Order: sequence, then structure tokens, then C-alpha cells
Amino acid sequence: MVLDYGSGNLRSVQRALERVGANVEITSDATSAASCDGLVVPGVGAYASCMAGLTAVRGESIIDARLAGGRPVLGICVGLQILFSSGVEHGTRTAGLGQWPGTVERLSAPVLPHMGWNTVDVGEGSTLFAGVESERFYFVHSYGVVSWDFREDAQPVMKPPVASWCTYTDRFVAAVENGPLVATQFHPEKSGDTGAYILGNWLATLR
Amino acid sequence: MSLAVRVVPCLDVDAGRVVKGVNFVDLRDAGDPVELAAAYGAQGADELVFLDITASSASRETTYDVVQRTAESVFIPLTVGGGVRTVEDFDRLLRAGADKVGVNTAAIADPSLITKASERFGSQCVVLSVDARRCAGDVTTPSGFELTTHGGRRGTGVDAIAWADEAAQRGAGEILLNSMDADGTTQGFDTELIELVRRHVDVPLIASGGAGVVDDFPRAVEAGADAVLAASVFHFGHLTIPDVKSALDSAGLPVRRHNVRYG
Repeated sequence: MVLDYGSGNLRSVQRALERVGANVEITSDATSAASCDGLVVPGVGAYASCMAGLTAVRGESIIDARLAGGRPVLGICVGLQILFSSGVEHGTRTAGLGQWPGTVERLSAPVLPHMGWNTVDVGEGSTLFAGVESERFYFVHSYGVVSWDFREDAQPVMKPPVASWCTYTDRFVAAVENGPLVATQFHPEKSGDTGAYILGNWLATLR
Repeated sequence: MSLAVRVVPCLDVDAGRVVKGVNFVDLRDAGDPVELAAAYGAQGADELVFLDITASSASRETTYDVVQRTAESVFIPLTVGGGVRTVEDFDRLLRAGADKVGVNTAAIADPSLITKASERFGSQCVVLSVDARRCAGDVTTPSGFELTTHGGRRGTGVDAIAWADEAAQRGAGEILLNSMDADGTTQGFDTELIELVRRHVDVPLIASGGAGVVDDFPRAVEAGADAVLAASVFHFGHLTIPDVKSALDSAGLPVRRHNVRYG
């Protein structure tokens, strides 16, 4: 299922997932979003408006319920950013879902948005990038998580998360694999054949 | 390792058909934008631009259908421009499957369109198309470049560089810079214009107009372009996307290699 909360190019996410063999529906219904095999949370635009849209469809409790049951969630772009503690845009701090510690901040590169195809320094133990570790992925964003000092005591997890990084002046989080909770800053649905591998790898983790 | 230079073919679409001449090998129907878009995707194009040059509003309905069918056939970003006048036009094109929307004349008449569209959809969706030419006759601007409309046929007297800067401040996430002097000449991109815009504007810059041979492309990037756009040299098969990427690579510029195939 792809969560419809008023953000993101939902149809292109749906189509890219169908290409790798998924049976996909777009929904804003809390019950089906909470219980489906895999939930994708897309997102484009401003952090604050994405959080407002997510709150309006009870996104936080949907995601909490899924993670409590070990049911996979994939966040894309701002869908990754809102999983962190907070986002700062134009001097205003907006609380995120706080699944991971860290702040989403404006990148310092001279040309923004970071727009186009970049490589990723894939974290050790990643299964998401299997087969496409050296490829490029399509990014379009001006904000990111530049510092993430993950501490074991920060939250109870089964396995420590695998973080993959991208560099565009700053080094920032490109993807996180954390048990059932997975997210990418880039757009796998717009990353051509390499993106299809990412979605296929994620799909393979669903029941 | 760094961000790859994007190589972007542009399709001029009139009433659902690609115009300005297409002689692309291995196509059943050279006028079908969907088929051409898929072919460029398979060649390794990093993005696609559709320019809707349809005059009548009735034919414009066809555009939405074409955008939708194209978005269904490629898995790379798609920018659609031409005739975009309102925030509602943005909304419709994005819903049809465009990832970014190009705006030109309407934003000159009402710059708040850029502000409104970027606030609603995000800067990453808003591409400002700037048609610039060197000042001639009585017209002068501080930069020496004038903004034009109607495909370069009408001058505005507005400084093209200052306008690009204002648009970026208002929230345009990218500038599609068309040189009206270089356009159609196949004598190379206007590197002087590219350098000027790069110096004043801090959003990504797509260089357009004048591409003739592969060596033109690295020059545009060295002048400051983040992406390079061309139409007829690709449509007629004079150059292929891999040719251009090889030239960029030889010049030491990063490119995306289309070496992984899914399925």
C-alpha cells in the first residue's frame, strides 16, 4: 500500500512497485494502511506541510502500529525525513515522528536543491542495495540529516540500523535500514532500473 | 564521486505529436512522444523535458493524456512545460505524472505564480524557463542579456540574469536557460550566458540551445551548467545520449552509466 496523505507522486511510486511485481493500492484508510504487507510513505515539499498531512490521516499511529507488529514501512524523500526527531526549515523547527534521533537541516552546498543522480556509500550489512551498490540514484532535496550519532541506548532495537550516506558538499543520510523500518532520501521510483532493484529488494523482505 | 551531469533530451509536442523533426532509428512511429521517451530512457537519458507547443486549448487536453502515458512508460524524472499559466495547471500536470513543471511567460506577467507554486508543491517542482538573448538596438540591460518571450520573437527589456535571480529567490528550484542567440545554430552552447547566470543564481542550471557536436556539452558544464539539454541532434540521431556521456566522461566530468538493467 502507498499512503496517500496529500504528498508525493503516488502514481509513480505505485507503478515502480508494480514493475517489480507488487500488488499495489493507494490508500488513506488507517485500517488497511496499518495491516497491509508493506506500507510506503512518500513525500515531497515542505517538512511542516508533510507532517500536517501525515497527522491528518493518523500517520503516526499507523506507523507505530505497524512497527510494533514488525510490519515493514518504507519512507521515501520527505518520507525519510519525517522519521527523524525534527526538521528545521526557514528557522522553524517542526517535530517529526522521532523514530530515529537526528535533525533534518538545510544542506550547505552552493547549489541547491541537490538535484540529480548521485552515488551512495552503502552501509555494511545492507540488503536494500544488493546488486546496485556502485550505481547512482536520483535525489531531489535541499534538506537532509547530516549528523546521526546512533546510540544503542537511544531506543530499543533488535539490530542496529544500517545507514548509507551520500556526499554533496555535506555528507548526509541517503538510506536507513532498521528492521521493519526502511527509508531512502533518494527516489527509487525515479531511479530507473537501479531504483527497481531497490524496490525489488525491499519487496523481497515483505511476507 | 559526485553528482552526475544530467543529459536531457527535449521533446516539442504539438497536439500530442512530437514536432521539429524526428528521425530516430528503431522507432515505429517517430512522432509518438511516448515511444520516443521510452527510447531515450533506454539510451540512458537522465531526465526528459516535454515542451507543449500546442496553441489551442482543445488540443491541450491531449497533452495531459500524453504526459500520463509517458509517465507510465519511463522511470526517470519528467519535466513538462509550455502554456502553464496558473497553479491549477501545475496541479493538473503533476497529477498527470509530471515530476516538475516548467513555467515561462506567465511567470513574467505574474512573478507571484512562482512563489505560489513553490509554496504549494515545493521548489523542486518549479522550473523557470528563461529565453535570453544579447541586447540589440536601443535595448540595454545591466548584464547585456534581455529576457524574451514567444520563442525569442518578442523582447521584454528585462534583464535576463536579474530575472533568473529573482525567480530563484521566489522559489524556482531550477533554471532552464535557453539561449535565443545559440538556439538552432548547432554552433555550441552560449557559455558566456551560462557563466553569467551561474555567477548570480544558486539553483541548478540546465543549459539549452546550440548543441551541435559532442564537445559542446563539456564546455557548457565547465561554464557552470548542471545539466545539458538538446532536441534535434538527438532526434535526428546525429548524437546519442551515450556519445554525449562519453564526451563528458573524457573531459573528467561525472556521468551516470546506464549499466544495470532490471528484468
